[in-house]
Amino acid sequence: MTTLTKTEDAAAPTGADSFLSVRDLKVRFSTEDGIVKAVDGLSFDVERGKTLGIVGESGSGKSVTNLTILGLHNPRNTTIDGEIVLDGKELVTATEKELEHLRGNKMAMIFQDPLTALSPYYTVGRQLSEPFMKHRGASKKEAKDRAIEMLAKVGIPQPKVRFDDYPHQFSGGMRQRAMIAMALMCDPDLLIADEPTTALDVTVQAQILDLLKDLQQEIGSAIIFITHDLGVISHMADDLLVMYAGRAVERGSVREVMREPKHPYTWGLLSSMPRLDSNIDEMLEPIPGAPPSLLNPPSGCPFHPRCAYRDQVSGTLCTDTRPPLGEGRAAACHLTAEQKQTIFIDKIQPRLR
Amino acid sequence: MGRYVVRRLLQMIPVFIGATLLIFLMVNVMGDPIAGLCGDRECDPATAAQLRKEFGLDKPVWQQYLTYMGNVFTGDFGTAFNGQKVTELMSTAFPVTIRLTLVAIVFEIVIGITLGVVTGLRRGRPVDTGVLVLTLVVISVPTFVTGLLLQLLLGVKWGWIRPSVSSGAPLDELILPGLVLASVSLAYVVRLTRTSIAENRRSDYVRTAIAKGLPRRRVITRHLLRNSLIPVITFIGADIGFLMGGAIVTERIFNIHGVGYQLYQGILRQNTQTVVGFVTVLVLVFLVCNLVVDLLYAVLDPRIRYA
Repeated sequence: MTTLTKTEDAAAPTGADSFLSVRDLKVRFSTEDGIVKAVDGLSFDVERGKTLGIVGESGSGKSVTNLTILGLHNPRNTTIDGEIVLDGKELVTATEKELEHLRGNKMAMIFQDPLTALSPYYTVGRQLSEPFMKHRGASKKEAKDRAIEMLAKVGIPQPKVRFDDYPHQFSGGMRQRAMIAMALMCDPDLLIADEPTTALDVTVQAQILDLLKDLQQEIGSAIIFITHDLGVISHMADDLLVMYAGRAVERGSVREVMREPKHPYTWGLLSSMPRLDSNIDEMLEPIPGAPPSLLNPPSGCPFHPRCAYRDQVSGTLCTDTRPPLGEGRAAACHLTAEQKQTIFIDKIQPRLR
Repeated sequence: MGRYVVRRLLQMIPVFIGATLLIFLMVNVMGDPIAGLCGDRECDPATAAQLRKEFGLDKPVWQQYLTYMGNVFTGDFGTAFNGQKVTELMSTAFPVTIRLTLVAIVFEIVIGITLGVVTGLRRGRPVDTGVLVLTLVVISVPTFVTGLLLQLLLGVKWGWIRPSVSSGAPLDELILPGLVLASVSLAYVVRLTRTSIAENRRSDYVRTAIAKGLPRRRVITRHLLRNSLIPVITFIGADIGFLMGGAIVTERIFNIHGVGYQLYQGILRQNTQTVVGFVTVLVLVFLVCNLVVDLLYAVLDPRIRYA
């Protein structure tokens, strides 16, 4: 691959040996109303065998980021800046042909809604076989064997019979399993799971999560797990990226972020999550306001209109300057470390315990 | 599947009886068939009465209908007033019209679907806008205008084709009439395909197909096209019956001696036997086409197959 002149990014996290690294990614859609900055300067890394969780409200750019990695955006109205490097290969500038070769093979995606994401007119088996035949040059017979093996692996009973069924003959949980089986057909090194359990009930959800973890251990692939469910993420991920308005606002290991969150938005997310062991009288505290319009994002820190601690920052820093996200464990906020510590201990920690 | 077919076949019976009865009554209301037989002169009352008796026209209408249907089921469509058997007329007229319809359907499939796919994939581009305007023009201009205009230009002015079709109606002479006959439906096929393609192109399963690493060509032909053509096939199938019966204008313009021509003559001369006979067969064609479309639908869409 051609060596590209890398744009120096101060906020870039260190991760020389990371499998996937995204640097200063900017995704813009041009719409009739103007330009939507869906992702605005996002950087992260994923290592082999590790799971990165991405959380955030709807419209925070989680899904867009990952569709962009696979190159599934609509090229007609989307402009992309920055770098996406997968195992040493630059994806933003890659040709459609090169991407075709990687999709479903080296990187695969599990979609949110398995009913619409599977074609209603072909049997599940046939849809599973397709990528295997394409990427491995396998015969129909080999692909069928592989598909049946994968269906069995994801826990679908009677895989030989189910191979010839249509998606509408599967239940919701089984469809999602079939979807996972399809993504894993070619043992992808990178697996992107876009809210794979949102449409499922809790028992099935737990099964699917365990399944994904088991399969990850077996294949050793890197997983990007997108969700807005913090409970799921604490169960699944190693590292966590909190997104707000197309930007990363906090980054760290799951343990660090869940135990000691440093960004007011993450505080809000965690405070609005009900806990089984909390006091019954304790009210949940939602984040006030609504996510900003990405057509015209707020100046400075995008969270400032909803932030409860803005008055603790001197002057107009929050409205003028966008706080940078440091390297490694970091949060993009103008509050000083001491202020964060005080607020966290006084106001947030009692809610989390 | 078998039960479904049987049920559909049974459903055809009342539709068939209702449709033919309606035709029968309407033709009877249309006027006195004996008057048409005598031409422009006033009929001699004695002769008229005798003819009436001979043709069974003195009996009540329901009895006439029953007699007629009984004969139809033994393959006897009666005799036209000029002495020719109606079945004989049919055997010369239907092959011509079937050929014409075939040409029209081929145009619809080849040009219609191709343009539909091209515009659907390039929605909002100049090609798309151009084709859309063109289809709008074709839809809004009546067939007899397009037909006569093309006949005048291609047949008379430039002499590229023969302006009228010879009595044998060979395929090559039916190309322009076929195009004229197909024109309006063709425009609808383009629009239908375009909408269907454009809609399905953004669908999740097409995105999945791309995410699996399938080449663009395969995504379009296997996933997008297959799924988008279901409504189009339904439309074209139902259109076959319509084209066969609705070719009256086109057949008149190009002097094709097909079903439309015979029907026109039958109506003009108040020839009850011809009109009812031809329409009965057309009703059957309609019913069979619809059945085939429904079965095809079940073949194409597994969700219907097992319902």
